[in-house]
Amino acid sequence: MKTQGKVTGIISNLVVVEVDGPVAQNEICYINLAGTKLMAEVIKVIGKLAYVQVFESTRGLRVGTPVEFQGHMLEVTLGPGLLSKNYDGLQHDLAKMKGIFLQRGDYTDALDFDSEWDFTPLVEPGTQVVAADWLGEVPENWVKHKIMVPFTFTDKYTVKSIVPAGKYKVSDTIAVLVDSKGEEHKVTMYQKWPVKKAITAYKEKPRPFKILETGVRVIDTLNPIAEGGTGFIPGPFGCGKTVLQHALAKQANADMIIMAACGERANEVVEIFTEFPHLDDPRTGRKLMERTTIICNTSNMPVAAREASVYTAMTIGEYYRSMGLKVLLLADSTSRWAQALREMSNRLEELPGPDAFPMDLSAVIANFYARAGFVYLNNGNTGSVTFIGTVSPAGGNLKEPVTESTKKAARCFYALSQQRADSKRYPAIDPMDSYSKYLEYPEIQEYLNKNISEKWVSLVMKSKNIIQRGREAYEQINILGDDGVPLDYHDRYWKAEIIDFVVLQQDAFDKIDCNTPLNRQRYMLEKVMQICDTNFHFDGFEQCSSYYKRIINALKQMNYSEFQSEEFYNYEKELETILNERRVQ
Amino acid sequence: METKAFQRIYTQLTGITKATVSLRAQGVANEELAMVHGRLAQVVKIMGDMVTLQVFSGTEGIPTNAEVVFFGEPPKLKVSDDLAGRFFDAYGRPMFGDSEIEGEPREIGGPSVNPLRRKQPSELIATGIAGIDLNNTLVTGQKIPFFADPDQPFNQVMAMVALRAQADKIILGGMGLSNDDFLFFKNVFENAGALDRIISFVNTTEQPPVERLLVPDMALTAAEYFAVEKKEKVLVLLTDMTLYADALSIVSNRMDQIPSKDSMPGSLYSDLAKIYEKAVQFPDGGSITIIAVTTLSGGDITHAIPDNTGYITEGQLFLRTDSDTGKVIVDPFRSLSRLKQLVIGKKTREDHPQVMNAAVRLYADAANAKTKLENGFDLTEYDERALKFARDYSEKLLAIDVNVEVDTMLNTAWQLFAKYFSKTEVAIKNELVEKYWPAN
Repeated sequence: MKTQGKVTGIISNLVVVEVDGPVAQNEICYINLAGTKLMAEVIKVIGKLAYVQVFESTRGLRVGTPVEFQGHMLEVTLGPGLLSKNYDGLQHDLAKMKGIFLQRGDYTDALDFDSEWDFTPLVEPGTQVVAADWLGEVPENWVKHKIMVPFTFTDKYTVKSIVPAGKYKVSDTIAVLVDSKGEEHKVTMYQKWPVKKAITAYKEKPRPFKILETGVRVIDTLNPIAEGGTGFIPGPFGCGKTVLQHALAKQANADMIIMAACGERANEVVEIFTEFPHLDDPRTGRKLMERTTIICNTSNMPVAAREASVYTAMTIGEYYRSMGLKVLLLADSTSRWAQALREMSNRLEELPGPDAFPMDLSAVIANFYARAGFVYLNNGNTGSVTFIGTVSPAGGNLKEPVTESTKKAARCFYALSQQRADSKRYPAIDPMDSYSKYLEYPEIQEYLNKNISEKWVSLVMKSKNIIQRGREAYEQINILGDDGVPLDYHDRYWKAEIIDFVVLQQDAFDKIDCNTPLNRQRYMLEKVMQICDTNFHFDGFEQCSSYYKRIINALKQMNYSEFQSEEFYNYEKELETILNERRVQ
Repeated sequence: METKAFQRIYTQLTGITKATVSLRAQGVANEELAMVHGRLAQVVKIMGDMVTLQVFSGTEGIPTNAEVVFFGEPPKLKVSDDLAGRFFDAYGRPMFGDSEIEGEPREIGGPSVNPLRRKQPSELIATGIAGIDLNNTLVTGQKIPFFADPDQPFNQVMAMVALRAQADKIILGGMGLSNDDFLFFKNVFENAGALDRIISFVNTTEQPPVERLLVPDMALTAAEYFAVEKKEKVLVLLTDMTLYADALSIVSNRMDQIPSKDSMPGSLYSDLAKIYEKAVQFPDGGSITIIAVTTLSGGDITHAIPDNTGYITEGQLFLRTDSDTGKVIVDPFRSLSRLKQLVIGKKTREDHPQVMNAAVRLYADAANAKTKLENGFDLTEYDERALKFARDYSEKLLAIDVNVEVDTMLNTAWQLFAKYFSKTEVAIKNELVEKYWPAN
């Protein structure tokens, strides 16, 4: 018997419901507004009154409207067919919705329950299994989508029967499991899971020890992110957060990309809808859309669903991780999610924390970031969810609550700088303020030195040092004037500029420059560092700047050319000629 | 809004604040309209049988025994082709004693477009202003505000952009518009002979501030009618959104909500996004483009209103008076059109992106040189050239009184490059330099 209730109060999308039975915190209910069902979530209970946040507009709602509680929390449906889909924040398939405008209560199925999948069993009857063990697989795009023992199964089970290879619908029973008490459980190809709970059906979650290649030089070379790691990108508007996120989505070396467009612009999502089906994955040659799932709650969609959208995305990520895949989850932006929490907390008349955000903001964010990670599955395979979120700090001030809370939770920090953006030095990641904690992990250092080159980590540290010294020299030049400082300062400044122009800056809109594989990054960094180690002879500082500009120009032309092509080597030769002009032997 | 037969009339208010009244009433729907003492009001809160109404024109003089009549429906606008060429107040009522228009009533502030049913904007809007067309190209379906101090000629620039933009309909949403500015818009549109393409919803400074909250929704409901049903290219002008946000904060304050940054309501981002996100390109040709004005105080963009706006809109245009040339320019450093990547080099000449970036970079070099000069340092020969370039660039391209085609802008930029710099200093891809570098 489901708990029933009726509406007794309405303040915007916070609705008070008087209930006739038990209700749970975060339980889902439907408000029946003249035949249209509006989904809502319980966020507070006082006596017989449940306070629910409605995931829709409450226009026209009246006191006395009936409400039905569902007895479960907000859940997602997990099964074959999630890839390449475009969902709203509550996992309703946007493609199945009718009309141009989003109508309230138009809740569509997440999966296609009519289509058939080519199932191949992976276990024999009699096998012992636990939650998340693979029972079989179906091909989904290019992924071998594993059909698993549902995560909600907490016991140990024996496979009693499993269907033979063939075509089945997602709702067909494919296996029967027997638990330790001898009870039978039917397993289909889909399962449900509450989004706010982490899926922990794996053996072990070690410290990340590999890096995730992104093709973005300022990330991979200077502050790499680990596979299964966490990072965040704060920055004022107009600094290229979204361009950077899209670059990551296009190029990152992951099996699956989940983009959670959380309270951001609709046109940015449309860009993905439009481009990804045509763009090639640089590694596999398949279309990018084949490995992408989009969870989309744009800024004009209902606020309450915004909070849900990041959890929906994370849960889908964890699901694919359990299949042994490398998942990259991108959320743009987590500040909007925090703001959604703030709006609700405000309506609940809770005492506010800093900047009117709820007091538990920091805990909520830390908890979410902790769901990412590299894991060993029960069967020895590995999988990972790497999470990169953007933060939109109010007024570009990094001392605001969302940035500060995220800084405590995420291991990589990619600070976008207004100054760099203003001078069009994109991606505007500040090389000094940003950091990757992973670079300090011995296991990551070992990995880099083994897989890129022997002295890679020390080379990277050295390049950072040159940038730092260049910046100091620049400040001195600005204070004392061009001729008020030794020539050496100019030399130092320009060497840092080479690294800036050739390694840090990258043209996201150029076909070649947008994506730099690791071997090319190694080649270019080594080249640049050789130049930085070379002494040149100058008679005055004017010579210095014009000479280095020529070097930068030649190196930039190399960046724009196909790697190791004839053109590339021609520019390299040109560079050698320039270098020989002033090289001190 | 007429009253209908058999409506219950309530005559006992239990509470009155500066902007709201409350009373006991039953069967009332959220967000429905009511008439309180002859003034329009909207339901904003219901608790049991206690209903709180926001009275748009303020509560001055409303007695506790005022008559309250509920209409049973949210605010609506009658839409039809008759809208064109007319002026309306914030409630959608014709101004200047015009007759009511015939049309189908539509709820304002309706649902948003399914993102999957949108099309990627791809049509350039040419304005003839290089600070916009060259550096910050506008695209149909875009939403972009002017960030300007109150003393800058933003309304003039906006009117100019509107008239050159070749839209099928131009809808003006004026919030807290001074009467002088309102008459300015009216005259400019009339003189351009464009009045039949123009629809205005205006709340002037003489009218109550809370009424402003209706203006953007009214304007955008009309815009959706023409863009969806008539498949027209609609340009919506909203000025000034800062005054709109101020009205939001007045209401939230009166409703005892906890303010967040800069005493703005915590929901400011969502409130503004609901308006701006109505900008859309439909697959069948209709589009809504929004150009707004957000006035700043002392150029401070970290204030909650411009800050939240910047995160919602697809860029922003900064106006600034260039002290070297004395002309108003579109600031190349702080302005940005996010959608320009969709058209530059695709709908315009291939060299557009690189020319744009190179020119801005060189202009930045000039700005550095200027700082040096101000600090009393000697300039290098390069600095001198950069400064001369900056002056020409500002006068021949950035100034808002320049009105030329995009190709001409590009050619002018190449000429300026060749005049002041060497090819390596400009640092553009070689193949483009070979093709476009002026021969002499």
